Amino acid sequence: MPVTDITKDVENRTLTITAEFTAPVERVWGLYEDPRQLERVWGPPEFPATFVNHQLRPGSRSTYFMSSPEGEKFAGYWDITGVESPSRFTFDDGFAHEDFTPDTDLPVSQNVYAFVASSSGTRAVFTSTYASADALQRVLDMGMEEGARSAINQIDAFLARG
Amino acid sequence: MFHALSDRTRRDILRRVLVGEQSVTHLAAKYDMSFAAVQKHVAVLESAGLLTKRRHGREQLASGDVGAIRSVASMLDELEEIWRGRVARIEALFIEEN
Repeated sequence: MPVTDITKDVENRTLTITAEFTAPVERVWGLYEDPRQLERVWGPPEFPATFVNHQLRPGSRSTYFMSSPEGEKFAGYWDITGVESPSRFTFDDGFAHEDFTPDTDLPVSQNVYAFVASSSGTRAVFTSTYASADALQRVLDMGMEEGARSAINQIDAFLARG
Repeated sequence: MFHALSDRTRRDILRRVLVGEQSVTHLAAKYDMSFAAVQKHVAVLESAGLLTKRRHGREQLASGDVGAIRSVASMLDELEEIWRGRVARIEALFIEEN
């Protein structure tokens, strides 16, 4: 069971996930450095992510999009704000327009990913903070929208099979 | 709810109103059918609880009901699920390469 602890700070709209991985810290860090590996884990199978640009360097902007089962694309970006290889990096995660310019109407979350060696390999602590309840709601609404689209398309496919 | 979703046009309407509030007039213009026919589809979605409508002047505005009254705590529950999936995929990748 890789997830070992979940802390929800309702007042500060912060979610902290602690996970234990069997790989050493350098290997876990390597996953976050490599866009090809990162995109294998970021989105669920029905909404795969593609990282167009990604470097773990302070001041760097990563760009990615997620593809819906219908082939629609949802773009996002990470502004990397701090990097302490291989133990910690921080970034702001936001939504983007199709050309990857930030969509300033949509909320940005602040994230801290930290990795320390543990008896099993690596203990990872992922912290995401949303500026307001409204921001959190909007992020989830977009997720809901994706989920709803996914479900609707399954019905589409089911009915198309006759 | 299955009945409401069993029609292609209704599924398409729902996709549009989940993205953001839309006037029924604006929605009707997207389809090759009468305003009354589109309005009927909207009514079916509304009675299934999938869509809500409000009046703004002469316009009827429709939006997908994604649970506006959910508390922050339940929102964090949803994020937790996303994270559980992500963490499981990371571990699966490490197991796969060993």
